[in-house]
Amino acid sequence: MENDRITMAHGAGGQQSQELIERIILPAFGNPLLNELHDGAAVTMGNGKIAFTTDSYVVKPLFFAGGNIGKLAVCGTVNDLSMTGAVPRYLSVGLILEEGFPIADLKKIVATMKSAAEEAGIYIVTGDTKVVNKGAADGIFINTAGIGDIITGTNITPKRVTPGMDVILSGYIGDHATAIMAGRHELVLPEEVKTDCAPLCGLTKAMLTAVPEIAVLRDPTRGGIAATLNEIAEQSNTGILLDETTIPVRPAVMGVCEILGFDPLYLANEGKLLAFVDHDKSEKLLDVMHAHTYGRDACIIGTVTKESAGQVGMRTTIGGIRVVDMPIGGQIPRIC
Amino acid sequence: MDLDAKLNEEREMAQFLIKKIDRLITRPVRFMEVCGTHTVAIFRAGIRQLLPEKVDLVSGPGCPVCVTPDEYMDKAIAYAQCKDIILTTFGDMLKVPGTRSSLGEAKAAGADIRIVYSSLESLEVAAQHPDKKVVFLAVGFETTAPTAAATVLQAEAQGLKNFYVLSAHKLVPPALRMLINDPEVKVDGFLLPGHVCVITGTKEFGFLTEEYHIPGVVTGFEALDILRSIYRLAKQVNEGAARIENEYGRVVRAQGNPAAWNILRQVYEPADACWRGIGMIPLSGLKVNAKYRHFDIEEVLPIKTEGTAQKTACRCGEVLRGIIKPMDCPLFGKACVPTHAIGPCMVSVEGVCAAWYKYGSGRFTYGK
Repeated sequence: MENDRITMAHGAGGQQSQELIERIILPAFGNPLLNELHDGAAVTMGNGKIAFTTDSYVVKPLFFAGGNIGKLAVCGTVNDLSMTGAVPRYLSVGLILEEGFPIADLKKIVATMKSAAEEAGIYIVTGDTKVVNKGAADGIFINTAGIGDIITGTNITPKRVTPGMDVILSGYIGDHATAIMAGRHELVLPEEVKTDCAPLCGLTKAMLTAVPEIAVLRDPTRGGIAATLNEIAEQSNTGILLDETTIPVRPAVMGVCEILGFDPLYLANEGKLLAFVDHDKSEKLLDVMHAHTYGRDACIIGTVTKESAGQVGMRTTIGGIRVVDMPIGGQIPRIC
Repeated sequence: MDLDAKLNEEREMAQFLIKKIDRLITRPVRFMEVCGTHTVAIFRAGIRQLLPEKVDLVSGPGCPVCVTPDEYMDKAIAYAQCKDIILTTFGDMLKVPGTRSSLGEAKAAGADIRIVYSSLESLEVAAQHPDKKVVFLAVGFETTAPTAAATVLQAEAQGLKNFYVLSAHKLVPPALRMLINDPEVKVDGFLLPGHVCVITGTKEFGFLTEEYHIPGVVTGFEALDILRSIYRLAKQVNEGAARIENEYGRVVRAQGNPAAWNILRQVYEPADACWRGIGMIPLSGLKVNAKYRHFDIEEVLPIKTEGTAQKTACRCGEVLRGIIKPMDCPLFGKACVPTHAIGPCMVSVEGVCAAWYKYGSGRFTYGK
């Protein structure tokens, strides 16, 4: 905060984003519900517990392999609700449009939002549109907020993570970030590499119905599974040890990472989740996940340890151990 | 073969090589990797911790961002602050400190600085903004210099009059020679940079064995590539031999890439260059030659910068020469962290200190 200006690193989901929240946001708004810093807040209203969340979408390019900003805006908020153990119900949509933005593109985006909302079983019930001068926005920015009912009997919080639990990942990592990079730089990728953007509420509902004891659900978006696992390790004060050989990464994603010097553990996903559950419940949970489209490739990627509390480590392909740290700044390609 | 079997095989091969290395090495040895990508790959695979203690891996000045000096950054910032200039750069340069500020800070304060993924993208920017001068920060070793040179040639072919480079290209072999001549530096063998050798070939490194009797192995970037190269160095040390071997033969040819060299030579000529943390090394850099001087922003629009580097306790100079480990620097992990780098080695993701920090050495207990 010493440089007195926002840099892109403050928005990259790593250490600087955390600092921004801790030094500027929490001192102003902090309260027990917000301080949890989960994807969404679990609040009590009337007779029931509901989940409430919001997110803004500023992706570039607006259209990419397998999706567009509209699909992200619906699925992102749906997924944040799902990760608090809720069934998403209602969504708001705020559109900030730049003067000159093609109506045809807007039509495509809202059509995608409609079908994503239908798939998620969520209603868009309120919204707002604003138009700003050319140059004041980059085509279109979207904000969505959503509420949902928390499934009875569930209690999702990193505080319930204990040593011995398994870490389960729902499928291949890095697809979304790779599709975006390919779109940005006109790289040609094999067809299977497209955004994994998808509403995960069906999957989480099935998982929580079968195994309500799940301690943590989290979708590893910005900062990838590395950032998410570090947050959980810190919030639960436990260690996490991954096994590199079990983490699913597509060869094409690995190839792009090698060329640009990226690490797939740090790449954003938009349709994946991490679940923490007692070892004796893993098999049942995996069976449920494998039966679902978005959990077909689910597998155990690691275990929770008592040692090295607050840290994430990984046994590497050749049998060494390395630390998987919180990402610092955004990932940028190396020079050579 | 299915994936599980392949991965098991990799683990077994790694164990086999490590046992062999352990048997071959009978005294403490130091091997140096001179490529930032190797530094990171060694950490990512957890190699250091698998090796016997008598094998010490030290990192050399192999990160082009890290060795780019203050004065160059000051110049880049000064150009970026000119109203009619758009600066294009690879992303890692944004955080590199100059004497007072960084490009990242200049960008946040309104300078028109654009991140490119290839030098050729700068030409598109130049074509779109004919009223501006577009200056590309030409940084990197033999790996990136040919593409920067090709960009200059293409700009000439397209007749672009508003594209320029600010060159800080560096050459690896002169830096190795300087290191070996330094009495403080003691190295028993080099893991030679695979990407650089793709361009230079292996012959550029022949002086290591001929003049200094130090073995070198051209190394790839997979965990097993690196272990195999360490094994080959261990074998040479055991035999008292000094050869240049090519462990990355699937990519590197003895003669390198003559086409790339040829493009490089058309545009650049060797020049003395200042390496951050090390100082001036004769003929270790590249500057635009007379024929293409009209693309050299320093010739077309000379700029003066002032500012003297603050003296700090930073020991990057010794880290870059492999004399000390990052943890031996009093600033490492305390005043100097990736979010607030004081020394150049902490700046780039492939900097030695940044790699040590990121992968937890001296900070974390995993695997200890």
